[in-house]
Amino acid sequence: MANKLNVNPTRMVLTNLKRRLKVARRGHKLLKDKRDELMKKFLEIVRQNKEMREKVEEMLQKAHSSFVMARAVTPTEIIEEALMFPKKKISLEVSTKNIMSVDVPVLSFNTEGDSNDIGDIYPYGFATTSGELDVAIATFSEVVPYMLRLAELEKSAQLLAEEIEKTRRRVNALEYVMIPNLNETIKYINMKLDENERGNLTRLMKVKDMMLEQARQKG
Amino acid sequence: MIYMSKIGVIGDKDSILGFKALGFSVFPAVSKEDAEQKLNDLAKQDYAVIYIVEQTAQLVADSIAQYKEQRFPAIIPIPGNQGSLGIGMQSVKASVEKAVGADILFREE
Repeated sequence: MANKLNVNPTRMVLTNLKRRLKVARRGHKLLKDKRDELMKKFLEIVRQNKEMREKVEEMLQKAHSSFVMARAVTPTEIIEEALMFPKKKISLEVSTKNIMSVDVPVLSFNTEGDSNDIGDIYPYGFATTSGELDVAIATFSEVVPYMLRLAELEKSAQLLAEEIEKTRRRVNALEYVMIPNLNETIKYINMKLDENERGNLTRLMKVKDMMLEQARQKG
Repeated sequence: MIYMSKIGVIGDKDSILGFKALGFSVFPAVSKEDAEQKLNDLAKQDYAVIYIVEQTAQLVADSIAQYKEQRFPAIIPIPGNQGSLGIGMQSVKASVEKAVGADILFREE
């Protein structure tokens, strides 16, 4: 239901309102385009997100089960001791990418370690630990790039969802409140002005009649 | 703008020990209070990504929700060694519902 704004029905207000209507229509169109584009990007990302999550969950499942195997054959203290000091250090490089005015994170990681050998991921000597632990650690290290990609995608999806919701609310506010209200008010002012015009015309005709009557009586 | 950051993992000790070997910073937490405090601490520091084991994540769902709208940190639930609870998938689903208004990704299942 469109409500008319509380304004004086004058020509100046009418001009102002017409200008505002034009701006509102333009904004509405732009926001609508933005919403559609955001939606397109979002669906793209969220599809990847779903696939990536399925993959990561499956891989982690495997990693955990091999880790459980390792724990079964090796005493807890030895495992904890072996993993106490990680050999590698992962540092995360964070930057942002702009998707339709939403800043989404871009992550890439570097590993720093004593050795440059990529295969050398075990922070312990092989004397006390079992082969199962090696397998478990290897599986875990395989998951890492996927986990980071997942983090990137999932956060992007969340941020985009937020922005889409906001944009949609604005589009709807313009479409269903602002623009109908302006239209209604413009209509009201037009009618009021026309009514004044007609009133004025009748009055003039009446005065003319009276003047003619007077002239006839004199003459 | 590019800057360096760290990766944190929160969860029960058994599930996160494996990540320690990879160079992630791990923070064992089992109780709700513990996990909440760790999470808030890490969010204040320069951790861009915090992985949280699902069993722990379900205890602190409220705290996680409050970081959802911020750019960092990204808090990502991962399955622990007791298997997946589906919390991670649910959050993907939730963001779809939020954006689209209806669930269109998971409908076929």
